[in-house]
Amino acid sequence: MQQPNRLRPFFENITFDRDDNELILNFGPQHPSAHGQLRLMLHMQQEQITKAHPDIGYLHRGMEKMAENMIYNEFMPTTDRMDYIASSSNNYGFALAVERLIGLDVPRRAKVIRMMLLETNRLMSHLFWLATTALDIGAMTVFLFAFREREYLMDLIEDYCGARLTHSAVRIGGVPLDLPDNFIPDLRKFLDKLPENIKDYEDLLDTNRIWLMRMENVGVISTEMALSWGCSGVMLRASGVEWDIRKEEPYELYDEVEFNVPVSDKGDNYARYKLYMAEMRESAKILYQVIDMYAGTEPALMAHAPQYISAPKLDIMTQNYSLMQHFVLVTQGMRPPVGEVYIPTESPKGELGYYINSQGGAYPYRLKLRAPSFWHTGILTDLLPGHYIPDVVSIIGTTNIVFGEVDR
Amino acid sequence: MRAYTPKDNVQAKPYYTDRFWVAPQVAKQDVSSDAVFEHDLNAIKAKFEVLDAYIQVEQMVVVINAADNFAVLEMLKNECAYNQLSEMSAIDWLASEGKFEIFYQMLSMSKRKRVRIKCKIDENESIQSVEKLFRSADWSEREMYDMFGIIINNHPFMKRILMPDDWEGFPLRKTYPLQGDEFAAWYEVDKIFGKEAREIIGPENRDPARIDRYDTERFSRLGHEVPRGTDIRQGEPDTPLVYQETEGVFLIEKFDAEKSVVISDRHR
Repeated sequence: MQQPNRLRPFFENITFDRDDNELILNFGPQHPSAHGQLRLMLHMQQEQITKAHPDIGYLHRGMEKMAENMIYNEFMPTTDRMDYIASSSNNYGFALAVERLIGLDVPRRAKVIRMMLLETNRLMSHLFWLATTALDIGAMTVFLFAFREREYLMDLIEDYCGARLTHSAVRIGGVPLDLPDNFIPDLRKFLDKLPENIKDYEDLLDTNRIWLMRMENVGVISTEMALSWGCSGVMLRASGVEWDIRKEEPYELYDEVEFNVPVSDKGDNYARYKLYMAEMRESAKILYQVIDMYAGTEPALMAHAPQYISAPKLDIMTQNYSLMQHFVLVTQGMRPPVGEVYIPTESPKGELGYYINSQGGAYPYRLKLRAPSFWHTGILTDLLPGHYIPDVVSIIGTTNIVFGEVDR
Repeated sequence: MRAYTPKDNVQAKPYYTDRFWVAPQVAKQDVSSDAVFEHDLNAIKAKFEVLDAYIQVEQMVVVINAADNFAVLEMLKNECAYNQLSEMSAIDWLASEGKFEIFYQMLSMSKRKRVRIKCKIDENESIQSVEKLFRSADWSEREMYDMFGIIINNHPFMKRILMPDDWEGFPLRKTYPLQGDEFAAWYEVDKIFGKEAREIIGPENRDPARIDRYDTERFSRLGHEVPRGTDIRQGEPDTPLVYQETEGVFLIEKFDAEKSVVISDRHR
């Protein structure tokens, strides 16, 4: 708080009271390129950073505490608010963890729809990443282009579940809805156009002198550092570790689809940029294959497990016993068996894990959300020293942190 | 007299549980059913005391003594190729056994295996930091301290991470209510105006997000607008909603349904 009776002038962002010429710059928490509520305290010698202290918690909502006070189905919409750029992947991670805890297998059509949602979310997230990072660096055109494409995907998701940002489009035990008629033709239309779009972005950025100067050999993360800091996703693969949970510990239908895992050993911003672009192409490849799988599936969308999952609506409205089950599950909630699981999934940002400790009650005894961005923010402590102020912006950009999941 | 509610766990509880309800268990497999896990477990057993070990949902769980945590993780990292600490945190068992359980979720990329190392400590016991082995523990341990109040020895920067530095209480403990305690309720008032302002402001005004249905000083109800400060507890008049002036607004063209074009194909 500003103190009017202080003798020295009070500056909000800069303190001059060091004798050793060290400047402390307070970056954020409202800085537009901090991608949310990130506060960085940067110790500087001239323009160069000597020490960095990321300060988080400005978006802390206590989701883990909330989870302990909610029945399992009630918590699903809360997971949307973690990585709100790709919310279906959070929904999915939670649903999968509870399904593994119960030991439930979901119908194949639900799996296909989930795959579609997961990969469209990955595309949405990567497009959003590209748009915002490019905007931070100053490439306004790319921002407009990428947001245009993301808009089509958001419309598609809206056609499916009615929401654009906070989807809640996955349920424990399956998915709530079948695809609308226009979904697959629209998705195909989008995918056919996507290579052209990606080429547009790359034409603008790949050999752009400013982009290269801001990206190449900036923010180099060594393999040891990435592993030690618990990096995952693109942050890890850009540092030369070939590890994609979709490939290594496949869940859903990822073992049935063909796709490559792009890897780079450069570890700098530019490598991460290239990986995001390559991953978008791979996502499109997966989506084409999943579209073909859809036609041959049975219409069931939710698993049959009356103890945990409500019956289809038709049964609830016509059969007494299904109605009773539904009533109990809605008012009291399902009670998974006693035990604990840690289920990792490859979200667009990295390894998204849900640790659930169930004591057989309707509320989880402990639920720990392992959000990739948390450590991707932490790594800034070791990554930023030695860099210059403009590099901070591009490094924060390529770490792709979302504060909904850093603070949870 | 009010019914007694236990104070050691104030989290939500189901209002009805059948008295004959027996919760099923997630199956535990013996470690010998997996050759890789068995090898790793034998490596741990050779040097440290293992209190319990089993496989649950494809991951090995090993319970060790809290004093061995650093050494066990060091061995797993250097000798058994568990190269990443993906997650670590604590579970509050204070109500039932007076202990915290700490788990370390390890990942071996070369073996494609995950192991969970668990240990228990007393409420006022501290635990050795593993930050020297895995930098990711730096923030995890800070979060654990922030949420549970578990003191970490040899941590380079033991400070709250998510909650404000001057916060009192540890939010993820089972004794901490979901809505926050007395300190949390007055935190902003205390900080901005000082403790003595509590009585002046009063509990009804401390929450800036509070919405009062009958407050016409700060709110106006759409379709029921009244002059500011009017008492509406007895009811309020309807004011019809008018979205567009009948004659149109200067410089703004009036919407004409006939002339407008509807883009039917949004996806091109």
